[in-house]
Order: sequence, then C-alpha cells, then structure tokens
Amino acid sequence: MADANSKIERGGVFSPVSTPAHDIQTVALFVLAIAGAIFVIVAGLLLFAAVRYRARAGDDAQEPAQVYGSNPIEFAWTVVPILIVFVLILVTARTIYSVQAAAKPSGAINVTVIGHQWWWEIRYPDLGIVTANELHVPVSDKRGSTPTFLRLESADVAHSFWVPRLAGKTDLIPNKHNDMWIEPHKAGTYLGQCAEFCGTEHALMLIRVVVHPPDEWQRWVAAQQQSASADTSVARGRQVMESNACVNCHVVRGTNANGRFGPDLTHLMSRGTIGAGAATNTLEHLKTWVEDPSVIKPGALMPAMNLRQEDLNDVVAYLATLR
Amino acid sequence: MAIREEGLALGPAESELPVLGKLHEWVVTVDHKRLGLMYIGGGLVFFLVAGLQAATIRLQLAMPDSRIVPPEVFNRLMTMHGTAMVFLVGMPILTGFFNYLVPLMIGTRDLAFPRLNAFGFWLWAFGSILLYFSYIGGDGLYGAGSAPDVGWFAYAPLTERAFSRGSSTDYWILSIFLTTVGSTATAVNLIATIFCMRCKGMTLGKMPVFVWLALVVSFMMLVALPPLSAAQVMLLLDRFLGAHFFDTQAGGSAVLWQHFFWIFGHPEVYILVLPAFAFANEIIPVFSRKVIFGYQVMVVASCAIAFISLGVWAHHMFAVGMTPAGNAFFATSTMLVAVPTGIKIFNWIGTMWGGKIRFRVPMLFSLAFLFQFLVAGLTGVMMAVVPFDWQLTDTYFVVAHFHYVLIGAIVFMIFAAIYYWFPKATGRMLDEKLGKWHFWLFLIGFHMTFDTLHFAGLEGMPRRIYTYQPGRGLDTLNLIASIGVIFQAAGVLIYLINVIHSLRSGEIAGSDPWDAWTLEWATTSPPPEYNFAVAPEVRSRRPLWDLKHPDDPDWKYE
Repeated sequence: MADANSKIERGGVFSPVSTPAHDIQTVALFVLAIAGAIFVIVAGLLLFAAVRYRARAGDDAQEPAQVYGSNPIEFAWTVVPILIVFVLILVTARTIYSVQAAAKPSGAINVTVIGHQWWWEIRYPDLGIVTANELHVPVSDKRGSTPTFLRLESADVAHSFWVPRLAGKTDLIPNKHNDMWIEPHKAGTYLGQCAEFCGTEHALMLIRVVVHPPDEWQRWVAAQQQSASADTSVARGRQVMESNACVNCHVVRGTNANGRFGPDLTHLMSRGTIGAGAATNTLEHLKTWVEDPSVIKPGALMPAMNLRQEDLNDVVAYLATLR
Repeated sequence: MAIREEGLALGPAESELPVLGKLHEWVVTVDHKRLGLMYIGGGLVFFLVAGLQAATIRLQLAMPDSRIVPPEVFNRLMTMHGTAMVFLVGMPILTGFFNYLVPLMIGTRDLAFPRLNAFGFWLWAFGSILLYFSYIGGDGLYGAGSAPDVGWFAYAPLTERAFSRGSSTDYWILSIFLTTVGSTATAVNLIATIFCMRCKGMTLGKMPVFVWLALVVSFMMLVALPPLSAAQVMLLLDRFLGAHFFDTQAGGSAVLWQHFFWIFGHPEVYILVLPAFAFANEIIPVFSRKVIFGYQVMVVASCAIAFISLGVWAHHMFAVGMTPAGNAFFATSTMLVAVPTGIKIFNWIGTMWGGKIRFRVPMLFSLAFLFQFLVAGLTGVMMAVVPFDWQLTDTYFVVAHFHYVLIGAIVFMIFAAIYYWFPKATGRMLDEKLGKWHFWLFLIGFHMTFDTLHFAGLEGMPRRIYTYQPGRGLDTLNLIASIGVIFQAAGVLIYLINVIHSLRSGEIAGSDPWDAWTLEWATTSPPPEYNFAVAPEVRSRRPLWDLKHPDDPDWKYE
C-alpha cells in the first residue's frame, strides 16, 4: 500500500474528484459568478461616485442640492436583490437535496468513522475490518458505481470530517450520529483533517483517503482481514507489549491486546503515517513515538511508556512486523 | 509649572484634587460622557492586548511546521483573542459611543438611569479583568492550564469537566456572564432614554438614523444576550452541580449548546455591525455635504435586519447534520438579510451621488468600509449557499469573512468615528497627516492579511489549527497574511502617537469643526457636564442645517 500513499494528490475545494464535491463546485461557481457581477457593478458605482463627486479646489461655497430620497429608486434596488435571492435559494435547495437525500445504491461500501481526541477510528462493519486514520475505498467509475457511505460518530468531543476534494464537511458529534457519502472517480490519496476545534492537538488530527482501483481494493480488503502476523523472531517484543499497558488501549488481533481507546494496530505497518498524520510511519518515528509520543505530537493522550531501551527496541521490532 | 500654580491659586477645590482625586472623580462618575469615554478607553486597551495575541497567532502561522508557540498556548491565544475582541473590545467601544452620543444627539442631559449606567460599566470592567486574571488564577488544578482554551464559542462537550479540567473554563463563563449582564442593563437604559427623554420637537421620525440604530441595537441586545447568560448558567451547573445539559457522556446534548450560543451569536454580529452603520449614517452625509438618502428606508431596513437576524442562527450549524428542510430554511432566512443590507449600501451611494465629497480621514475610513462591507456581504451570501458552506465552514475562508466584517467594517468605522468625534470629546482635532498614514498602512495590512486567508480556506486550511504541513499550498498565503500584520500594527502605532500628540497639542476644534448638522455639534467641545445650557428644540432631522440655512430649512421637505 506504500505506493498508493506515495502519490498524494494535492488541491482544494475547486479540484473535486468525487460526486458531492462536484455538485458543490457547480453551485459554488454559479454563486461566485453572481457575487462577482454584483461586486463589479456596486463597487463600480461606488468608485464612480467617489471620483465624480469629489470636492474640487475651484468649487463655490454652495452646498450641493439636497436630495431626500426617491421611492422608485428604492423600489428598484429592493426588488432586484429579492429576485436574485429567490434564484439563489432555489439553486441551493436543489443541491442540498441532491447531496443530503441521495439514495444509497446496493453496491455501496459502509464505513463507520469514530472521532477520538485526536485520531480517527475507521470500521468496516460488513467486511470485519478495523483501522485508523486512513480510509480506504474503491474508485467509482465506468467499471461500477461504488460510493462509500460514512456513518459518523464521536467517542468524546465534537469533530468534523473534511476531505475537500471528496465532499463538504460533516460533524462527528457525541451522542448523535451523522451520515455523509463520497464517490471518488479517480484513484489516489487525498488529504483532509478534522475541521471542528476538538482540543490540544486539533491541528494534527489528519486523515487521508486512499482511493483504489477495484483489483487493488480487493487485495487491500483481503490483507486487512488477516489476523496479525505471528512472526516468532519477534516473540519477545510481542511479550513486552502484552505485559505492558499497551494492551489497555490498543487492539492487535490474535493477541491479548484488546483496548479501544487507541488505534487498532493489527496492520499498523500498512498505514503511511502514525499519530493521525503527525509523522510518516518509519521505524525511527515509531521508536520515538513509543518512547514518548509528545515529542512528535505534544498533548497526545498516549503517555510516554518509559520502557527500557531493550524492551523498546523489541517492541518496535515487533510492531514493524504488523503489516 | 506656572500654569499649574496659577490653577492652584484659582480654585481651592481643585488644589485638593491631584491625581488620586481626579481618579476618584472618574471612578464615582455617573456622567454618560465620562462613562462613554471609559468604555471606549477600556475597549481600546483590550484591543491592543487582544491584537498582540493575534499577532502572536500570525507569527506562529507564518511558516509551516512552526514550533514557536506550543499547541496549548496557541489554543489559549485564539480563545482569548476571540472572546476579548467580541466582549471586551467590540461591545464596550460601541456601547461607549452610544453612551456618549445618544443623549447629546437627542438633546438631553444624561441617560435615563445614570447609576444603572455606571453599574453596567463596572460589571463590564470587572468581568473583563476576570477574563485576563485567568492567566494567573485559572490553573485551579495542577497542570490543568491557565487561560481558557476552548475557542470563543466553546462547543460542548469540550467545556465539560472531563475535557476541561481546572478553572479556566469557569473564568470564561463568569467573565462573559458579567459583561453580558452589564450590556443588558445598558440596553434597558438606552431604550428608556430614547423613548422618554428626547428634546422638544424630536419625534421618533426626526431622530438621527444613529439614534434609531442605537434603539434597534438595544432591543437586539435585550433579546439576544439573555439566552447566552442562560447557557452560561447551565454550563456552570454542569460543571459544578453535575447537571447534564451539555454533558454527552450522561445523555446531554452537544447540539443544544450550539443552538443556545448561536441564537445569541448571530444577532451579536448585527449588534456589533449596526453601530458601524450608525457611524456611517452620520459621517457619509456630512462629508458628502448631502442629507442621508432615503431616511425612512434606512430606518426600516435597520429594523428588518434586526428582525431577520433573529432567525438565522443555525447557518453556523450547516455541518452538524440538520435535515435538508432545516438547512433550506436557514439558507433562506440568511439570504434575506442581504436584501435590507444591500439597500443600506445603495442608500449610502445615493447619499454620495451628486455631493461634494471631502476626503478627510473619517470619510476615507468610511469609504474603505463601504468596499469591504460589500465584499463581506457577498462572501456571506456564498456561505448561505448550504452546499458551498459544507466546504467553507470552519475554514480560513470563514475567518477571512468575519474579519472582513469585524475589522473591514466595524474596526474601520470605529476609527472613522474616533477621528470624527474626537474633537467633540476632547476639544482638539486629531492630526490629518498622521491620520492618513494610519489609514493607508492599516488598509494595506488588512488586505494583505485577510484577502489571502480566503484562499487558504479554499485550499483546505481549517481554522484554529496551530500548525500546518508544508507543501499543501498554504505556505505563501500564510506568510503574506502574517506580513500584513506588521502594516496593521504600524497603522495602530501611528494612531496611538496621533492621539497622544493631538491630546497635547492638536488644533483647537471649536464646537462644530466638520460643519455638521446634528445636535451634539450645537454644544461646546468638550460638552459641559449638563450638555446643553438651554434644552434645545428641533423642527427637523438636521437642526443645525436649519440654523445654517434659514432660507432653505429641512423641515420644509421632511
């Protein structure tokens, strides 16, 4: 999966690659055009008035003619804006319904995204996959329509899921669930991040969405459904993990690690980053992270593990096998 | 020295009033003018403090992956900056202008309840100090942190005990509670004054538009502030008595807080911007040498803005998962506000049309206001388009939009108002040349910072992040935005120099330096404690015009 992660696609709101983001761009360009036209006209009038009616050196001392108002003019500049607003409301309502009330096709992928301070838990209930901070979805193109429907929840405070090239944002609110969907038409990796202030490390709550071609998607699903690798050469590292507090917060399927406060580590090394995008997933960063996460992400809720150097090395060696 | 001795010799009472005595005079005063000046002066002090905090924020964000300011400090900075600019800067400065000017403009000697007025001011003053005292006293629990760090709209449940330990959030709650109660008292006072104490001949329809706006804003404060105070009390109950209004872990509602906050928060935007309109309604006609175009329409539009703005609050919440019908409703109400707001801009252009515009400093700030408010209104309409808002909300596009309103419109008009009424309050003119430097530097800096931030939002930069990664198309935009701060700061510095210089040796203003038309210019500068020796009597909206043009008075046409 490293290759998929390496070709990160940059771009913002105006380079959409997914159906809802396309719909939004269409209406946004329409509104921009109207707003631009209004700006040119009104700012032009303003500028003209300021230049044309400036006081000049040679002016007489007379005050200009006092004009108290004009009903026809007032009527005109009330009615015209009302008409513009009316058109905008219709366009807006149409797009609201087309995005929010879209029917879910039978081939849709279901994903539950749960916001945590400060990372994303990602669950595929139909596929039995649990991962974190990287949402993998199939591309939706001529070969088949496979949009992904997200059920958004929060484990603690309010967060917001935003990947600008794929869709607008929707909040993840505790005690409430929200729905949104994406339908990417182009394979690649797209960047996003939490958009609702959620505490200390709001800035480093990044998400990436990896859009796979169909065959690559099948391979990813199969790989993620495997249990964690049980490489005997790193048995000591596994033992260190299992006998430390790691197991209270993390899951590694096939071991006694079954906590849910932190990200599932079963296939940790298939992910491009650690700490919800705070650093690239290299052995060096991983070691720093396990030793003291606040070096990479100050304020992160995982404590420094205070492992002996030997234990630290073995745990990191073990983690490195979780592909 | 000689002058002081002479003064001592002249007034025995004065001689017993050195610095401490003068201070005492200000502390016990119930004079609307002194309280007004104290509101404005206090607001300007917090403007400098919160402005420096903003400068620190921009310093941190000038470069990607910057580690100048740690995340928890950054979060305190942005929370304090936002809270202070709204409750400790915007509200008192605008209240201060109303305090100072409304009695003068309606030809009376003070507000209806002078003691209530002083009470409101001191509630505000101590509430404000409480907010910044949190830096010293907010820890409460070892390591829990000092100043509030939950953002100025403090979304639940981040403010609950589980996520916000220590006392910082309590300071935030109590500070805002006190300042809003003070503002509510002021609103009652202004309404009573405007309804009951107008001078002879001044019917409601002959009040300056400024006074109409003071009335409208006061009613909005009466309606919009209590929900905020109520929400603060509920949050306090949650934190201290285990109530579960917003405690989601015990079945409370996070969205409920958002409704409470924005049912205050959006009218609050208009509570802040309508006074800016009020200033424009006085300044633009005087410097265009023309009567305001469409007086009745301006008044009706103001009332319409106030009314509609009470029904738009959930446009801050398009991403929380409302139904399509709910979203469409709030999109509609929000876009409707654009109609009366547009009418106001057209009427100001109508006022300038055919005039003889004098480009003095107050008019320069007002012209910039017109352009900037036009842009802010148009980006506001963009965000009322719900699907577009799903992309824009909580990004730097929003930050840029509301700074266009809060700085581009409100701060620019506050500066215009200060240049315009400073001669009335002090008897001396502010320096025109320094004023122009102030204007141009501030204008350039403002556009460098906030024009670019719109684009940062479109590129995918959420608000309230303490850092961002390089190579996301944000580096250059943020750097330009941060450089703009230097220009803005230079402008403000020149303004301060101008004030100090002009207080000492500014040109003597006389009672009517701008050849203006409303009653405050009919008395001396500064006005005596009793404002008018003889209660004035008016026949039109521009009593001084009638006086200066007996052959062509306004009352013939109104």
